[in-house]
Amino acid sequence: MTESTTATISQSGLAEAVFEESGQNVNLCYQCMKCAAGCPISYAMDYKPAQLIHALRLGMDDLVLNSKTMWLCAACETCTTRCPQEVDVAKVMDAVKIIAVRRGIKPAIREVGCFNRAALANIKKMGRMYEVGMIVGLKMRTLALFKDMKLGMKMFMKGKLKLLPSFTGARRTWRIFQRVKTIEKKD
Amino acid sequence: MTAKYAYYPGCSLHSTGSEYDVSFRAVCKKLGISIDEIKGWICCGTSPAHSSSKLLSLALPFENLCLAEAMGLKDVVAPCASCFARLKTAAYEAKEDPKIAEQISEALDKPLPKGMNVVSPLEIFCNRPDISKAPTTPLPGLKVACYYGCLLTRPSKIMQFDECEYPMAMDTILRDMGITTLDWSYKTECCGGALAMTRTDVVIKLTHDILEEAKAVGANAIAVACPLCHVNLDTRQEEVEAEYGVKYDLPVFYFTELMALALGVRADELGLQKHFVSTETLLSGV
Repeated sequence: MTESTTATISQSGLAEAVFEESGQNVNLCYQCMKCAAGCPISYAMDYKPAQLIHALRLGMDDLVLNSKTMWLCAACETCTTRCPQEVDVAKVMDAVKIIAVRRGIKPAIREVGCFNRAALANIKKMGRMYEVGMIVGLKMRTLALFKDMKLGMKMFMKGKLKLLPSFTGARRTWRIFQRVKTIEKKD
Repeated sequence: MTAKYAYYPGCSLHSTGSEYDVSFRAVCKKLGISIDEIKGWICCGTSPAHSSSKLLSLALPFENLCLAEAMGLKDVVAPCASCFARLKTAAYEAKEDPKIAEQISEALDKPLPKGMNVVSPLEIFCNRPDISKAPTTPLPGLKVACYYGCLLTRPSKIMQFDECEYPMAMDTILRDMGITTLDWSYKTECCGGALAMTRTDVVIKLTHDILEEAKAVGANAIAVACPLCHVNLDTRQEEVEAEYGVKYDLPVFYFTELMALALGVRADELGLQKHFVSTETLLSGV
């Protein structure tokens, strides 16, 4: 009987891509479940963080890329802080999101994808986040036109929302976005 | 001579969290701490940036560190926990990885400043000697649960801020101000952050758990150090109450508002009327 020496170093395509994107080696995970236990949002996820990492190791790329898990992650960094193997789980979540979008896979939590796009479009144009504009952008994308209407009105009445954007640094910010895009294409 | 800090307010402190800006400035003035707002600062990119592009999420905060250095300042203070985390992460990543540092520099089209020191106001106030002699106005009725949230302490490798699972910095400062703070187990639990805009149900559950625990230990106020935590705990409190059929009436203060009150700043100068949960009854004796 011969023992396989290659089984422990096999790496699925997606796990490899995650490593390239984030420098995180999911094969270090030994399934202690601390990330899943500490995650405040795991109750709403289809796969707990530890399960998503396991699926990555098993090469279940489609399951991972279409999962809700990373889109529900609030980036609270509890998993990252507690992992005994020092896998930066929150960074893995970011990497999977980035790769999914790059491969044209629609986010399983559509609103979160819309939010990210609306926020970045706003920052790119304004330099600073202009909340009223961002909210309008989000509503146009999600079509949830009346969501939080009452809350928004009350915030407005209390003077918590700025009426006009500032445009400070807008051109500089736009140029940073452009250069980042060029560098990422080159890579 | 004390150091001067480059002040990075970030987007929230110019809008939804303007009370944090006002009270932070008031406290600095009272304590003689010199701050200078970074000219031409831009958004740090926050969660949408790091969910979409690593390089973008580091280049945006670094632009602000470059601007601070151009003002001749090395110490940058960022009151918003998210901005604080993003600025600190950018400095950390560039130091750890020369390749990413080179890319950030290319994206900004300028050399990166070295040795920039990003701090939270909590760290500045915590390290002031004799701060306990500063308060002039007693606030004896308050029993405050200090809520630190996620990003002040996590990830601990980068943030290097206090004890990551059970921080005490805010408690220490408020106790120095003569305010009672309570031990409780939800100091660093997550409020759901930006999911409030998209998956409000998640935020309602998480903030309910936090409010419930604060009430259970006997708190009559919560102190925060993050504008997003404030929005979720204060402006959404009524929604939580409606969803769970409970009544909390727990005013949520920025810790700097409580400091300012103890240091003798008048309540009407702090924008407390902008809070959704009224602070009037609690502060009526002050």
